[in-house]
Amino acid sequence: MEYISMITGFLLVLLGLWGVLTQKNIIKIIIGFSIFDTGLHIVLVSIAYLRGGTAPVIDKAVKVTEAIEKVVDPVPHALVLTAIVIGLGVTALMLVYALKLYQNKKTLEVQSFNDLKW
Amino acid sequence: MIINNTIPVLLGLMMIMAAFVAIYHKKLPVAIIAAGTISLLASILYLFLAAPDVAMTEASIGSGLSTIIFFYVLNKIRKENGTQ
Amino acid sequence: MVRNSFRLIILVGLLVIFSTLVWSFNGNNELNSLAQFYTQQENIEAVNAANLVSAVVVTYRGFDTLGEVTILFLTASIIGFFLKKKLSDTQRKEVRESSDILVTASKILVPVMILFGVYVIINGHLTPGGGFQGGAIIASAMVLALLANPHMKFNHQLFNVLESISGVSFVLMGIAGIVYAGGFLDNRILPGGEVGTLISAGAIPLIYIFIGLKVGSELSNIVGNLQVTQNEQ
Repeated sequence: MEYISMITGFLLVLLGLWGVLTQKNIIKIIIGFSIFDTGLHIVLVSIAYLRGGTAPVIDKAVKVTEAIEKVVDPVPHALVLTAIVIGLGVTALMLVYALKLYQNKKTLEVQSFNDLKW
Repeated sequence: MIINNTIPVLLGLMMIMAAFVAIYHKKLPVAIIAAGTISLLASILYLFLAAPDVAMTEASIGSGLSTIIFFYVLNKIRKENGTQ
Repeated sequence: MVRNSFRLIILVGLLVIFSTLVWSFNGNNELNSLAQFYTQQENIEAVNAANLVSAVVVTYRGFDTLGEVTILFLTASIIGFFLKKKLSDTQRKEVRESSDILVTASKILVPVMILFGVYVIINGHLTPGGGFQGGAIIASAMVLALLANPHMKFNHQLFNVLESISGVSFVLMGIAGIVYAGGFLDNRILPGGEVGTLISAGAIPLIYIFIGLKVGSELSNIVGNLQVTQNEQ
């Protein structure tokens, strides 16, 4: 199962990057970034998976003494948890920049932003 | 083993199809909804990977708030486009 | 055409790198040494949190969480700065009223969603959940309230005060950890209690409440700032 999800994650990363590199519309580029994000999170979580492991929560099913054998790795989960929240902030920031660019130039096509090109 | 692996394979295929829709569809609202769908399917995949914390975060943030923010900005751009 | 082939070369290169990574990955049959340190019995009993992810997020890697919350604060304030407009040069436009179904449903759902968010925050050290998830759920409730009533204006002052107070108390709890226990953000400044009960895990529930308030108010601020732009001409 971890192989399948890891391959899915890497394919999503490639698709997102392809979208970022080829699309002309800024909103589409931001969508590509968010797909890239999701793919990387899936890869990280699938690295943490342990064959036959359960969620890292101590309860009736997992006693304190046997946690070391039964649970999956909690560290990548913590990293992904924070990365998702940061991803929302960064996406919102990119969208607001896109809005500002639109208000200046009245267009969302990347090619028309050629102020630094001469 | 086969039953264990069928659902992740289906989820992965659906996510990749949704990613193609998100990148190549002409209409922006459809693309945004497809990007939200990827996050929602990813949260199911996280449950299979024994990560309920991450699944909760992805379901509430990735497919809820992020889609809403996309739509707010798209709506604003459309309104400015209409007033021209 | 040349450009497209360059892009294709980049992607094929990445594909080769990724396939070698997948090829060399063998799956895990046991935890690595770092994760074994976090999940061995004496360390679980030292931290006393039933949810090991919470233990990692708040205590072992609490410094990362502090940096993450700071980044979120930074993005929220940059968004507020960019979307700010003087009230004098914006005329309010007539917005269409929301439908009855949405208004009625939001009256029932918003309190329940806020209650569920508070539940998720308070039980962060026992069940899956915690400050980030609960804060996001509370922000979703705010979004529903905004959708039902487009004229509603958030009290940004209140959100800013709430957010600053929770940020400062988060750092103060960390410093209290240096003074009274083992190090920055050590949760043993309060009694540990018993694993699996509501009042346990030392300072983790308190810190998670602060994180939840901070994340919830920041995300609501972002959404509220974006909502204000919808009504302007």
